[in-house]
Amino acid sequence: MSFELFSNLVGAFFTLCIFSFLYKDNPFYQAAEQMLVGISLGYGLVYTYNRVFVPYVWQTIIIKHQFVLIIPAIMGMLYLLRFSRKLGWLSRYPIAFSMMGVGMGVPMGIHASILVQMRQAMVPIETVNLFLIFVGTIAVLLYFFFSKAHTGIYGKFVGIGKWYMMIGFGASFGLTVMARISLLIGRIQFLVNDVVINGFLK
Amino acid sequence: MKKTIPLLIVIVGGLIWVVWAFSPHYVLQEVFYNQFYLPWAYASAPFAMLLGVLSLTLMHSNKIKRRAPKWQYSYFFFASFVITCLAGFIGGIQKGGLFMWMFENVQMPMSATMFSLLAFYMASAAYKAFRARSPEATVLLVAAIVVMLAQVPLGVKLSKHLPTISQWILDVPNLASKRGIMLGVGLGSVATSLKILLGIERSYLGGD
Repeated sequence: MSFELFSNLVGAFFTLCIFSFLYKDNPFYQAAEQMLVGISLGYGLVYTYNRVFVPYVWQTIIIKHQFVLIIPAIMGMLYLLRFSRKLGWLSRYPIAFSMMGVGMGVPMGIHASILVQMRQAMVPIETVNLFLIFVGTIAVLLYFFFSKAHTGIYGKFVGIGKWYMMIGFGASFGLTVMARISLLIGRIQFLVNDVVINGFLK
Repeated sequence: MKKTIPLLIVIVGGLIWVVWAFSPHYVLQEVFYNQFYLPWAYASAPFAMLLGVLSLTLMHSNKIKRRAPKWQYSYFFFASFVITCLAGFIGGIQKGGLFMWMFENVQMPMSATMFSLLAFYMASAAYKAFRARSPEATVLLVAAIVVMLAQVPLGVKLSKHLPTISQWILDVPNLASKRGIMLGVGLGSVATSLKILLGIERSYLGGD
């Protein structure tokens, strides 16, 4: 047995372990599920150590002698006190440091989510599609405006927003399903082509 | 000391960030951002990962200790976590090593399969939820079917206009609804950010 076939068989075994859940919950699925969490966590830890800790903490402090970075490193360690009843409050310091970024979120959020979207919506209405987009955007926004009762002509206009959202949700659902289906096709192609045809039947 | 100083860090630091976004001044762009914030953020970030490791380890060890339902499977978590860490820390993360082999032949197939399982559950959930009970549900169902059919050869065989209709759905009504929702989300997130910045929202600091 070649090493490639062995590797593919391992992948196929775990693929089938996960697929076995389609029949019912079983020990193979449970074991594979926990292994997925364990390996993902180990992968994240090793990568964080190699790509973040070594270059930005270890090398910067020990090799480049930027000893001031001992302060944020100690502050980072305070995260671990989150589980201590007496010293848990110290973990608020690294959390507060990371929450500072919220300040950047205000102007950036206004720019990206509000101003850019508004600029794109306020173009000259030259085609039917542009008119439909403009009406839809206003109707969807008004649908979430609860200070005025959704009754009468206003209620009917707001109702158009609901129709627009239903079409949008349907389109998103369709795209998501197709993405999952393509993943499923990929797994079946792996089992059929890589394991059965190129592995056993070759 | 327990709450006031962290709160002050958020308020003062947050306001500096607001000014940073508007001002190209050297002190803000170079001293504050490049010389202070980035190195400090990188130096403290790896320990947040350790918090995640500690949290999962405590959860699984408690599960084993209390003999909670399905506690035996926690050993699989510990075994795979320890083996991956040993493979990465001792063997290195280069291609060809045990660490990358485990990632490519165990982690990747399992996570791809896990996500592909959702195709089945989404289909069955959709069957239950979408039975066209109201005009709105019918519109959702039709939009979803058109978008799905337009992406497969069968759809094009059914009607050559299907891809055009699908693209129109994505470009016009879908765009309008997403833009409306995006504007609402943007306003909401800015309001929440301002509440944090002004010290009104403090739940991130936890209790006591």
